Amino acid sequence: MILDLVFQLLQVMLVILIAPLLTGVVRATKARLTRRRGPPLLQPYRDILRLARKEAIVADSASWLFHHTPYIVFASTWVAASLIPTFATDLLFSWAADLIAIIALLGAGRFFLSLAGLDVGTSFGGLGSSRESLFGALAEPAMIVIVFTLALVAGSTQLSTVAAYMTSDAVGLRVSLGMALVALIIVAIAENGRIPVDNPSTHLELTMVHEAMILEYSGRHLAVIELAAMMKLSLYVSLIICVFFPWGAAIADASVADRVFGAIVYVVKLLTAGVALGAFETSIAKMRVFRVPDFVGGALMLGFLGALLLFVSRTLK
Amino acid sequence: MRGLAFDVAHLLAGGLVLMSFLLLYQTRLYALLNTFALQAVVLSLSVAWQAYVQGADHLYVTAVIAFAFKAIVIPIALHRIIIELGIDRDVENVVGVGPTMLAGLALVALSEVVMLRIAGGADVLAREDLAFALSVVLLGLLMMVVRRNAVSMVVGFMSLENGLILAGAGAKGMPLVVEVSVAFSVLVALVVIGVFLFRISERFESIDAEALDSFRERGR
Repeated sequence: MILDLVFQLLQVMLVILIAPLLTGVVRATKARLTRRRGPPLLQPYRDILRLARKEAIVADSASWLFHHTPYIVFASTWVAASLIPTFATDLLFSWAADLIAIIALLGAGRFFLSLAGLDVGTSFGGLGSSRESLFGALAEPAMIVIVFTLALVAGSTQLSTVAAYMTSDAVGLRVSLGMALVALIIVAIAENGRIPVDNPSTHLELTMVHEAMILEYSGRHLAVIELAAMMKLSLYVSLIICVFFPWGAAIADASVADRVFGAIVYVVKLLTAGVALGAFETSIAKMRVFRVPDFVGGALMLGFLGALLLFVSRTLK
Repeated sequence: MRGLAFDVAHLLAGGLVLMSFLLLYQTRLYALLNTFALQAVVLSLSVAWQAYVQGADHLYVTAVIAFAFKAIVIPIALHRIIIELGIDRDVENVVGVGPTMLAGLALVALSEVVMLRIAGGADVLAREDLAFALSVVLLGLLMMVVRRNAVSMVVGFMSLENGLILAGAGAKGMPLVVEVSVAFSVLVALVVIGVFLFRISERFESIDAEALDSFRERGR
């Protein structure tokens, strides 16, 4: 019992501690691939500490919503991230929420962030919020359809069950799962504002979505929001790892050694994904804002098609 | 083995349907032709797998014909036509990718429902293939309806024929003569279509099918 609690707490701390490292790895990969030296791997940690020590300046027109939003976003993202089985399934609290609840938590975070973007009344905030809602209106249904596909395959929306099913032999070769994987990657790119959709490292008014919403934040508020954004990236990467590449994770009632091994494997997988993301972002150009709905709509279409094909093979067998 | 045979057939046929959707999604002609060639490769793999599963050797011939004609000859011929017409850098103005995709999904759903009802007694693999083949045929028709560029319509027509080959391979005992003659008739169709494309572009200085609308009857 105590041991279970220790592992659950380890999971909760792991997702928050490793998130800046993942961002650092992505940035370092992009810097190296464009022949720059780039900041050190630990720079995101330093940025967050520096911001946390600074004074938070708040606009005069800001309401209570503006003050509270960073913490709401941070809390919902952190809870969602700790509920994804990263290195071991069936942890102490993994019954508490399934995949749909995780999507709902992220949706709540997005909702408050969009409101906060509108709250101060600057034009940039409103612009960012409207674009975020435009992408979210397509990305969230796509995510839900992907969940349906997974649930049809694995017979559950509980991530622990899904991961256990994926490592068993019963899964076979399925075209629907491939479609769900591609769709999930597209959704992850869109949700985290990575390059074909949004450029996370610019403040150019034509491109920014996420950055526009948080333009008015400073100091500790900004630190908390930045950390939540990093955690969201690692959340999506962990989700992809957990559902599609769960090998090496400790399934069900594994021993302590298995779980420690699972944690090491997880960190390696996460960092590999970071390098892959950096390479992908370097090789592709930013897309026009009004083409993004087509891109994310592609994910929705793939998800639907996957679920449809799955219905066929289920009714046939 | 049984499970694997089904899974691979499902994977390849599903991939074929996916390729049809990619064709609907592409707006650049080169990308369209490359996707079409890729669909032909998936098709020939799918037919070859059917040949292996059914133990029917003549299907290997069908697979080779499909690969040679549709993945190599026809895309290269269309490439040359595009260059000749000088439209190789055109971006087609596709209206409403979203609604088209939704219509495509509805067509897939329709063909699944129809085929599962009609072919109730048939073998699992055959039903599977028939359902997917009908989807590919309908998506090819949809492509011919929504596109305005004549080359895209040709590609839609050719991808429709991919669906027919898939259906023919799934049904046991389709004679080789039929399949060979279908393959050659498609090739003949390509020649005729090629001539027509040049005629159209000569007359109207564009191969946008909208240009033909002015020749409709004016009585109304």
